[in-house]
Amino acid sequence: MEVKIKGMKKEDFKDNEYIDKLVDELKQSGQNVVVGKLDQLINWGRSNSLWPLTFATSCCGIEFICLGCARYDMARFGFEVARSSPRQADFMMVAGTIVHRMAPVFRRLYEQLAEPKYVIAVGGCAVSGGPFRKSYHVVKGIDTVVPVDVYIPGCPPRPEAMFYGMMQLQRKVKVERFFGGVNRKKTREDFFKENPLIAEEEHVKE
Amino acid sequence: MADIKEIIGKVCPDAIFEENEKPFAVVPDRDWHKVAEALKQSGYDWLNAVVGEDWGDEMGCIYYMSSSSDGAEVSVKVATADRENPMLHSVSDLWDCARLEEREVFDFFGIKFINHPDMRRFYLRNDWVGYPLRKDYDENPDINPVRLYHEQPDDVSVTYKEEADGSVKEEKVQVFAPEEFVVNIGPQHPATHGVLRFRTSLNGEEIKKIDLVCGYIHRGIEKLCEKLTYPQCIHFFDRQDYFSALMNEHCFCMCVEKALGLEVPRRAQVIRVMMDELSRIASHLLFFGTYCMDLGATTALFYGIRERETILDILEETCGARMTFNYNVVGGVREDIHPNFVKRVKDFIAIMPSRLKEYHTLVTGNVIFKNRLKGVGILSRKDAISYGVAGPSGRASGWACDVRKLKPYSIYGELDFDEVVMDGCDSFDRYLVRMKEIEQSLRILEQLVDNIPDGDYCAKAPKIIKLPAGHWFQEVEACRGVFGVYIDSKGDKTPYRVKINGTCLRLAGVVDHITRGSKIADLITIGGSMDYVVPDIDR
Amino acid sequence: MNTFDFSIVTTWFDNLLNGVMPLWLTTVIECLLIGVGLILVYALLALFYIYYERKLCGAFQCRLGPNRVGPFGLLQSFADMFKILIKELIPINNIDKFLFGLAPYLVIASSFTAFAVLPWGRGLQIIDFNIGVFFLIAVSSIGVLGILLAGWSSNNKFTLIGALRSGAQMVSYELSIGLSVMTIVLLAGTMSVTELVEGQEHLWYIFQGHIPAIIAFLIYIVAGTAETNRGPFDLPEAESELTAGYHTEYSGIHFGYFYLAEYLNLFIVSGVATLLFFGGWMPLHIPGCEGFNNVMDYIPSVVWFVGKAIILSAVIIWFKWTFPRLRIDQLLAFEWKYLLPFNLVNLVLMLIVVAFGWHF
Repeated sequence: MEVKIKGMKKEDFKDNEYIDKLVDELKQSGQNVVVGKLDQLINWGRSNSLWPLTFATSCCGIEFICLGCARYDMARFGFEVARSSPRQADFMMVAGTIVHRMAPVFRRLYEQLAEPKYVIAVGGCAVSGGPFRKSYHVVKGIDTVVPVDVYIPGCPPRPEAMFYGMMQLQRKVKVERFFGGVNRKKTREDFFKENPLIAEEEHVKE
Repeated sequence: MADIKEIIGKVCPDAIFEENEKPFAVVPDRDWHKVAEALKQSGYDWLNAVVGEDWGDEMGCIYYMSSSSDGAEVSVKVATADRENPMLHSVSDLWDCARLEEREVFDFFGIKFINHPDMRRFYLRNDWVGYPLRKDYDENPDINPVRLYHEQPDDVSVTYKEEADGSVKEEKVQVFAPEEFVVNIGPQHPATHGVLRFRTSLNGEEIKKIDLVCGYIHRGIEKLCEKLTYPQCIHFFDRQDYFSALMNEHCFCMCVEKALGLEVPRRAQVIRVMMDELSRIASHLLFFGTYCMDLGATTALFYGIRERETILDILEETCGARMTFNYNVVGGVREDIHPNFVKRVKDFIAIMPSRLKEYHTLVTGNVIFKNRLKGVGILSRKDAISYGVAGPSGRASGWACDVRKLKPYSIYGELDFDEVVMDGCDSFDRYLVRMKEIEQSLRILEQLVDNIPDGDYCAKAPKIIKLPAGHWFQEVEACRGVFGVYIDSKGDKTPYRVKINGTCLRLAGVVDHITRGSKIADLITIGGSMDYVVPDIDR
Repeated sequence: MNTFDFSIVTTWFDNLLNGVMPLWLTTVIECLLIGVGLILVYALLALFYIYYERKLCGAFQCRLGPNRVGPFGLLQSFADMFKILIKELIPINNIDKFLFGLAPYLVIASSFTAFAVLPWGRGLQIIDFNIGVFFLIAVSSIGVLGILLAGWSSNNKFTLIGALRSGAQMVSYELSIGLSVMTIVLLAGTMSVTELVEGQEHLWYIFQGHIPAIIAFLIYIVAGTAETNRGPFDLPEAESELTAGYHTEYSGIHFGYFYLAEYLNLFIVSGVATLLFFGGWMPLHIPGCEGFNNVMDYIPSVVWFVGKAIILSAVIIWFKWTFPRLRIDQLLAFEWKYLLPFNLVNLVLMLIVVAFGWHF
């Protein structure tokens, strides 16, 4: 399965072993022609119409604004419609530090996103805690709270780097399958099994 | 201004006066409220900072006050030796801004303030265990793990009332009645410019009361600084008010230089001031854009960012980054300016006036825009001082509070520029002050761009920077107002306590006061016109 | 008049069907065909409008807008459509499930029904009422109901405020729309859509009625913008105040319906403006210039109608990307204190103009 993204050559993506592995897995499992074509159509639509949630906590958020503005203009790729309501967004750019107090809010926001949903961790803070890793109040990487699809390092990453990350996400969306086969639901269920939510009531009982 | 010793000595004969860079007195807690009152009456009516500190044997606060008209300063230390149940008297009835500042001290040190109307946690969750900035705080992650359940909103607060006989009684205070229609504006909301949370009680479209909840981006920078050496601390200052990154670095470096007695070469001074002014323009441009976007005029954002990108190009060429520069170092700046710098700044100065005109045509003259802003969020001069709302927002209330003029630092004393002061007190003037400050910053740049002197761009600082024992406080005029840094040193490589004192906490704190009775849409207008940056509030 | 009359085709088709099958079957088949046709037109127009607004807005904001998906980004809205069709519909607890589900359909149905009376071209109209304009105004107000229900049933404070705002706003501005339409009806002396268009054969009403008609047009376009909930009147979904307003809780295709209805209402408002002021499908005729008029007649009537509507919508889109949003009290004061009295005076003015025959 060749993944095509306009404006960037395949070679530029070659360093991404993770996606190549995913594609190989898909090739082995084989697929019905009709379903495969339909999948391709749907994935084409999905990957070209990823609407971000307007979510920013700190410096990276400002670079995210710059991403939408005239010089970088993410509208060109179909990322245009930044929705404020998580119900209508497709992915979350976690631009900035997530701290202890924000973690449950952030988790809820993630749960409010409608399927299919993706998370991009933008910047050092979201990836690992960054410069604030040693702090008493900072979550050491948002992947302990929600499953993350793409990591964009940098402090803050340049808008070009954000584009690269967002295109990797597009690429990831393109190799997925809507009708059976590899889809992300299972991995997400595993994730939540490992990191269960403590119900509010349980805590109150304690 | 009467002598400090005289003012304080009159009400508190036990006060001890110490030699420091600023007049400094140690006052016992029982006399503190009287002293504060006397100081306020004799002209020290601006509470610059409340610095909580754990000295080991005792805990307490250092209050920095100054005169709102001529900038004369005084600092007072109040402490208690009781670590189990530390209590101090509150001055929140004298200065409104102390209400939030003292809650912050309570949150970090566990010091309870007597007669404070609302003693709840401020930055940390209400089920947080321990007080993180105390020296004996246990950082074991098992005590405070990442909790993924929602904290219970505490609508009941406590206050510690002092009785006539001197005993202290705990009383319950209702924040919101159960039947009130409380809407959460934030933490994830497009208009709060980050993760600030206003719990807003509404009556239809009208706002009855706002409860400010912070800490959704509290990163514990102050605690982190205590473990790092002075040069290592600098990069944190980029990351709180990221629009005034260069000013914040400048402030910290000046504070360290002051403690070391280090002379900064003139070339470095000029470069620092030019960078400050460039970032001030960039910040105000972003304010213009996001403010208009909040009001629904999305296109203005794109125009503002367009010019901001030009500035970012200039900064990037010399400093090597778009936002978090880490450019100032102790003694000067990290790198010399790029050969293109002068030319690009000149180009920028040339185009900017026409662009400003474009903004005014597009937005300022618009009838809807004027109607939305004029007469909305009236903040009187008296309230502005009491709430400590300095910076452009304070100057729109007729309060000349520009530190560049009041207590000139670096080379600002030699420069020719006007302090923009307007007396409309409303959102429209707060907007206009910022737009006019862009012009003044351009004026400063014009004066400096051809006069960058030759010489070193960095003084020779010792390899390992050790500050002598003592404490220092330095303020600069950042984009949003006065930015202060307090450093306490015990003579080590690392600071004993660093307090970062931004204006944004006060800017957000005043929102409740000036929105009462106005519409939800006005909350956006007022919040936007205050132009706070949330990481600067939360640190 | 040389413009091609679509009724020739429709009558021929009707006769053809009637020749081979009973009357009731003909009616069923024709209704089905019309329904399918409408849905197609509706979807295509919506897709076009999404692309059109993005490109226009990009131009206002010195950027390019979508240009990577398909040539010039033409396929962007198709990608959005595929995405939104298969997006999850989140089942929400503690809501009124029936009303929550009903609301988007009400909104879409109202704009859908309004399509039925728009004069698409000569003889290309689904129903030709003698009270066509009245019908149009009546059905377009059903949309308010949908929005109110959406806000109420979501059990969310933001949506509730959004719904209340939109209720107040749309009910108020409906008045202005009604009155400005009445001004033109007064001039035309008819409520039938066909007759309204035919009345503009020689000169469009905006020129016929000169001053009062121009005032009526200005009022109509302002009130129409408010009616479609678009900036600067986008209070019900004011992004910076209420996250997404009344449709905060909607996801997937339900949100898609609101999204589509917004664009289609834009088309309907400009379509009605075209009908009332700019001659509907009637080509541009200048009295006295026979040659010019003949050339204009060669352009098909559908192109005239859709073209005019799209140009008018550009104006409304232009409003949105230029002006800041009003506050709710300013919005209502603007309607009740300025637009409405002005409108009433204008109606009297038109009456005088018509009574004394001062119109062209």
